[in-house]
Amino acid sequence: MSFLQYLISGISLGSVYALIALGYTMVYGIAKMLNFAHGDVIMVGAFTTYTVCSTMGLPPLLGVLAAVVLCTLLGMLIEKVAYKPLRKASSPLAVLITAIGVSYLLQNVALLIFGGNAKSFTSVLSVGSLKLFDGQLLITGETIVTILVCLVIIVVLMLFINKTKAGQAMLAVSEDKGAAQLMGINVNATIALTFAIGSALAAVAGVLLCSAYPTLTPYTGSMPGIKAFVAAVFGGIGSIPGAFIGGILLGIIEIFGKAYISSQMADTIVFAVLIIVLLFKPTGLLGKNIQEKV
Amino acid sequence: MKKMKKLLSVVVASAMVLAMAGCGNNGDGGSAGNSSAAGTGGSSASGDVFKIGGIGPLTGEAAIYGVNVRNAAQIAVDEINAAGGANGYMLELNFQDDEHDAEKAVNAYNSLKDWGAQVILGAVTSTPCIAVTEETMKDNMFQLTPSGSAVDCAKYDNNFRVCFSDPDQGAASAQYIGEHALAQKVAVIYDSSTVYSSGIYESFVKGAESQSFEIVCAEAFTADSKTDFSVQLQKAKDAGAELVFLPIYYQEASLILQQAAAADYAPLFFGVDGMDGILGVANFDTSLAEGVMLLTPFAADAQDEMTQKFVSTYVEKFGDTPNQFAADAYDGVYAIKAAIEQSGATPGMSVSDLCEAMKTGITSITLDGLTGAGITWDASGNPGKAPKAVKIEGGVYVAM
Repeated sequence: MSFLQYLISGISLGSVYALIALGYTMVYGIAKMLNFAHGDVIMVGAFTTYTVCSTMGLPPLLGVLAAVVLCTLLGMLIEKVAYKPLRKASSPLAVLITAIGVSYLLQNVALLIFGGNAKSFTSVLSVGSLKLFDGQLLITGETIVTILVCLVIIVVLMLFINKTKAGQAMLAVSEDKGAAQLMGINVNATIALTFAIGSALAAVAGVLLCSAYPTLTPYTGSMPGIKAFVAAVFGGIGSIPGAFIGGILLGIIEIFGKAYISSQMADTIVFAVLIIVLLFKPTGLLGKNIQEKV
Repeated sequence: MKKMKKLLSVVVASAMVLAMAGCGNNGDGGSAGNSSAAGTGGSSASGDVFKIGGIGPLTGEAAIYGVNVRNAAQIAVDEINAAGGANGYMLELNFQDDEHDAEKAVNAYNSLKDWGAQVILGAVTSTPCIAVTEETMKDNMFQLTPSGSAVDCAKYDNNFRVCFSDPDQGAASAQYIGEHALAQKVAVIYDSSTVYSSGIYESFVKGAESQSFEIVCAEAFTADSKTDFSVQLQKAKDAGAELVFLPIYYQEASLILQQAAAADYAPLFFGVDGMDGILGVANFDTSLAEGVMLLTPFAADAQDEMTQKFVSTYVEKFGDTPNQFAADAYDGVYAIKAAIEQSGATPGMSVSDLCEAMKTGITSITLDGLTGAGITWDASGNPGKAPKAVKIEGGVYVAM
């Protein structure tokens, strides 16, 4: 029975990683850049909801909406101010370093505004937990909602990318920016749209992350952000279903590592598995191996 | 190649961040250089009073600790003087601000030396205290910190402390749990990535050997995975633990309480001083902390006569309720008095002779203080006293 409970705990942790990984993989898949500030946009989303719901006392739905709107605007602003001017830089390293800079900027601004003391986040969900076998197995409402939200986001994103004009433009930009521009696609607008969607996903992820694990500090997003990045690589970065599978697997491996091997070594085990997977499948579980044509 | 670049960028960025953090520490609070000059006037001629130099943060983020120590030390000094002093000599206290900064603490120490300090009460916080121990060791000046809990705060043989050291809290917790028969089966969840938590854990295990209870499960977490505690709690539950010992800070403890409640697991939770602050977490549902016990030397609402008298004097003089730092400082001043009387020291002695006399004196006194009855000291500088605990009931600490 405890095996099943560990499995459920793993899925519940993994679903949060998966949700964050979706944003990472989306931005990487289209704009071909690693947005290391993604984890901190999550934190901004959580703080927005916290402010609206707990400080101002407005209903949770308004808090989530406010977080989505603010994060979308923030994502577009970051892209415009910090990433776009560097898109033509000779080295992709420039944007990467800037992203790390943005990450610290967001953390420190939050530290200035909200202080370093931990805040307790009130779950935005009023869904009860599911208890099976006389309460021996417990599935929290947050887990169920997070997995459902992940699945909805995956379906909507896949439909959007494959069926709409804007989505097709994104695919074109991801394959070849120059050629896409020649075909009349507005590359800058397309990438801005990608960041807008990625950041809106981050807001949702932030709210659900803090609903499941209700401690909020300016550093709340950074470690889950890194883990989710690993999950995205694990599943094949750029692949939307891959992010989901990678996230869930990472959560399960982490919890099983803690439960059956050593609670101290959990992260070591996670990263060891990552290395092994990448040795056999360098592009991740569902990653496509695209040959660069010269 | 691309991966190499990524890795490199992360390394470079971390290095930059570390460098920035370093600058921040040196640069902060540079505006208050005047503090060390204050308070040097009005000192009596040496030879007829014992001059006690106090060091602690009176401004800045940690100010609450230093202010409590200064106020309580002043109360103790006034009481002792009103009752005829130590060995018939008056005490005089000069308290200097260190802004919770090691460099400023050393400056404060130097200006106290210029003033003629013979004994140091401080520093209040660990990092500045460690810096000051290096200086008092060179001068062989007697130093007693009320609240520096890091091991190195009592590194040299002229350093003593009133509070438990970080690792000693583990042994003290084991003793408390055992003597009060709180549980037979105990689980521990600790942070293996901090010295504080793993140090307390190790001394707890050692202390538990001689107690009647059994540690059935010891689970760790690290700074990188401190959101999900479901596994640790499940293991504690499966092992049948009736009490979960949490030698960790209150942020993680608040998550553990929430996740335990969600999993319908309700053991007794027992924390140490890192748990102090859990009721202050913004928006935290304090009903989750109902029944949580924590080891702390002082609860302002304790019913004994000594505590009540101290608290009412403090409230009357300073309009605020004293915390455990105040209690440590009050006991510290009385320990200094007792050590002086025990060794028959006089203010006319040189700083070094006084230190030698008090070093022997303090190891043979027994003090009934606010933070414990029958407190003794050994040559290591650590106090021996019975641990005290409080319980959270209805969102407030209640003395046990």
